[in-house]
Amino acid sequence: MLAFTIYLSFAGALLLAFMPRAWARTARGFALIVALAGLAVALTAFVQAGGQGSMAISDQAWVPSMGIHYTLAADGISRVLVLLTGLAAVAGILFSWNIGDGEADRANEFFAFFLALIGGVYGVFLSVDLFLLFVFYEIAIVPKYFLIAIWGSTRREYAAMKLALYSFAGSAMVLIGLLAAYAQAGSHTMNLHMLAQYPFPIRFQMWVFPLVFTGFAILAGMWPFHTWAPTGHVAAPTAASMLLAGVVMKLGAYGCLRVAMTLFPHGLDPWGFSFLGIGSWRTVFALFAVIGIVYGAAVALVQNDFKFVIGYSSVSHMGLVLLGLLTLTQIGIDGAVLQMFSHGILAGLLFATVGRIVYVRTHTRDLALLSKLQLGKAMPFAATLFVIAGMASMGLPGFSGFIAEVQVLIGAWHAFPWFAIVAGVGIVVGVAYTWRAMQRAFFSDTPALDAQGMAVSVPEYDPVTWPEIAGTILLVGTSLLIGLYPRLLLDVIAPAVQSLPHALLTGGR
Amino acid sequence: MNTLVNYGNLFAITLPETILEVVSLIVLVVDLAWLRKSSQASRMASACLLGVAGSAGAIFWLTTHPAALSFASGALVTTPLVAAAQIGILILTALVLLLSVKAEFSRNPGEFVAIVLLATTGMMLVTGARDLLVIFVALELLSLSLYVLTAFAKTSPQSAEAALKYYLFGGMSAAFMLFGFSYLYGLTGTTNLSEMTFLLSGQETLPLVIVAFVLIAAGLGFKVAAVPFHLWTPDTYQGAPAPVTALIASGSKVASFALLVAVTVGFVAPPSSESTGHSLWIVLLLTMAAGSIVLGNLAALVQTSVRRLLAYSAIAHAGYMLLGIAANTPQSGAAVVYYALTYALTTVGAFGVIAVVEHATGSDRLDAFAGLSRRSPLLAGTMLIFLLSLAGIPPLVGFWAKFNLFAAVLRSSGSASWPLAMVILALAASAVSLYYYLQVLKRAYVVKPTQPEPMPVSFLELATLAAIALAVFLLGIFPGMLSGWIPLG
Repeated sequence: MLAFTIYLSFAGALLLAFMPRAWARTARGFALIVALAGLAVALTAFVQAGGQGSMAISDQAWVPSMGIHYTLAADGISRVLVLLTGLAAVAGILFSWNIGDGEADRANEFFAFFLALIGGVYGVFLSVDLFLLFVFYEIAIVPKYFLIAIWGSTRREYAAMKLALYSFAGSAMVLIGLLAAYAQAGSHTMNLHMLAQYPFPIRFQMWVFPLVFTGFAILAGMWPFHTWAPTGHVAAPTAASMLLAGVVMKLGAYGCLRVAMTLFPHGLDPWGFSFLGIGSWRTVFALFAVIGIVYGAAVALVQNDFKFVIGYSSVSHMGLVLLGLLTLTQIGIDGAVLQMFSHGILAGLLFATVGRIVYVRTHTRDLALLSKLQLGKAMPFAATLFVIAGMASMGLPGFSGFIAEVQVLIGAWHAFPWFAIVAGVGIVVGVAYTWRAMQRAFFSDTPALDAQGMAVSVPEYDPVTWPEIAGTILLVGTSLLIGLYPRLLLDVIAPAVQSLPHALLTGGR
Repeated sequence: MNTLVNYGNLFAITLPETILEVVSLIVLVVDLAWLRKSSQASRMASACLLGVAGSAGAIFWLTTHPAALSFASGALVTTPLVAAAQIGILILTALVLLLSVKAEFSRNPGEFVAIVLLATTGMMLVTGARDLLVIFVALELLSLSLYVLTAFAKTSPQSAEAALKYYLFGGMSAAFMLFGFSYLYGLTGTTNLSEMTFLLSGQETLPLVIVAFVLIAAGLGFKVAAVPFHLWTPDTYQGAPAPVTALIASGSKVASFALLVAVTVGFVAPPSSESTGHSLWIVLLLTMAAGSIVLGNLAALVQTSVRRLLAYSAIAHAGYMLLGIAANTPQSGAAVVYYALTYALTTVGAFGVIAVVEHATGSDRLDAFAGLSRRSPLLAGTMLIFLLSLAGIPPLVGFWAKFNLFAAVLRSSGSASWPLAMVILALAASAVSLYYYLQVLKRAYVVKPTQPEPMPVSFLELATLAAIALAVFLLGIFPGMLSGWIPLG
């Protein structure tokens, strides 16, 4: 049944592409219905399956002579991420409801690209055949380009091209690895589980693993390949930022776990020698992840563009996901998957607040300008929302971020004590940049002055619209629900993590 | 060579070619005798449609008579793979003719279509030829027809310049190739490729063999536009009338690659058998491949003319296909033909769109495509599909072709280490290629149009392009559709 998330999205995208240009309002309503249907399917499957293991969805021969099958299945990790995708899709459409007010918006094209991207993301999370996974992974690249290049802001063409090329380069690395593994294993199958059974030689794994891992990690925003992320997030229209940070970066992390680590677990083994205390690819990538956590947070601390703050915070949070995966412990990987979900919701909420609720009304994202607008009084809804989202994002107990970060840190403490300490410092810096942005944007003491230096009254802004409120309730509610009752997700994630290949749960020993 | 020629056999093998020849004569006669007084447009339309009918007839014969025949101990053969390539070439020619129905570059429609059909005959003979002499004659038939076609826009100086460049380079490389053939004949005493394999084995280090291989590589490298014999490509692609460029870029490429596969099988024993080191021929192919992949992709990055951009992209694609030829296994040979056919189909579509845009704006520069998605959404949509397929984005057929080709190359490796290194190079370069394809699509979708009015495009052109785009899309989703025809994997 879950396969309908894919079909619905692509069918919706196709219909929208052929919809007459004048039907802008119909287009967005239709897109919302499609996204809601996808969410409904994802949620039903999530509730029905509960904590059970992998559920097969579809298995048909596609190109039998090459051993390629159309195989879809969903284990706990997939079901959680599919649910996240459904939520992000609905929220993204709700927060881009202003597209389609004018005919020049090209609303039907916007939502067609949006749904095509969503369909690709659903596909990646559900594919078991690696070829199929790769197809969906690449399908997701092109819509991103057009969403940013056509409807974006700040240096949109540059940012869109950078994002597309980074993604494509990453996927070329993945394709090299997959082709090599396919040929090495005798070209009989591309099924993940069957390929994982094949005993790839250690030497082979030692070069393919870092290649495939890096290829996917580029999309997860791993330092030093993260630079597409802040520029892309800032340039993208709100819905696309929400999707980029919310689900597209998760594709990368998911690929790292599902493909790179599952197929080539011995690529994580020690090299047999150590250089500057680094003795394995696992340590190298964990180091990159930790640098990303601290670096992202530190750079977010000095940004003047409100959206850049959120963009770099995404790099920092995704570092935690990668660190959690590389701990190779049950708790660390649990935490990483939970963090993917949590960050997907919270990053969406932050981008919605900054890019939609505030920017559409004030037409600026410059913190220095925003600080003069007294937004705390003028836009109490946005201020409250950002406080909630910021608190949740910095890891306040009661929200989803807290439980995820704690688990990652506990896992990291077992695996790399020093890295866990540094990552903890990064989280503290996270409190600082959130606080700074919150203070400057909403609660600044600077009085609003006009050109003559006279105090002006608090400006009137358009009232908050119903789609904004609906999207807010959806995202805040989800984060609160998971924060208060994390077992809702953990009971689904944990069995799936347990059934990962044994080598991934040894804690590196 | 056999003295006893079985004419019945010859007739059976060359019947599709004969159909084309006869139709090309009919086209000339009809145009001269009955349509003398008709308008230019209707003369062009009737000539093109007659040509399409001729191609359809030849396709019909080939699909209904799938026979594995050979003539004069293998001078001309029809194997399933050859037949597949020939059917593909005929379909490509028919598409090119459909797209030229509205073309206005020529005042001699009858001659144009007749020569297109002659060129197609040449392509089909090249595909099936397995004897050095037949190969040379067929290649010359193809090349001479293409030189004339390139110059067909008689009022355009670019067309004449392009044709002259094409002719001078082409004549030179044909001479090289013939020289190389003569050495091979002198060394082995045969012109037959299947006998040559046996006679050449163990002699690959002879200086004369080396000279012969280098000369032949120059001649065939010219036909497939591989570096360093690619210099004619951008100029010819830019100067020739759009349908002619489409023909050069599609059917001619398919034929040349099919020939290269056969020649390589003839020159080099398959890699599985005991061989000492690399054959020089393989080294030559790999050098050309690496040069084409790198230079083609890098030079395409800076082009501002879409035709030149596609020319350099053609050089890059030739590089990928040369890898498959160098792998020299039955699977990789089939993969190359699959790649060449699907690439050619996509390219015909892309040049079809370019022709429409040129007709409307008078230019093939990137800026001419500005706002295409608003001036003609369907046209822009087809261009999106063609270029993304060329870039190798799934689920379009270009991705399958690449995957199939590279998988075949990797599988052939045995003990050799070059396949992995070359596939890595090719995939890295193809990551770069997305940049220049997106340059065109950016103009079409992102940039605002300079002229807001819809782009004039005839129904036939649009329908043909939409059909090609649909085929590119469906073949990508159901790649098995062709598997009864060209085996995948």
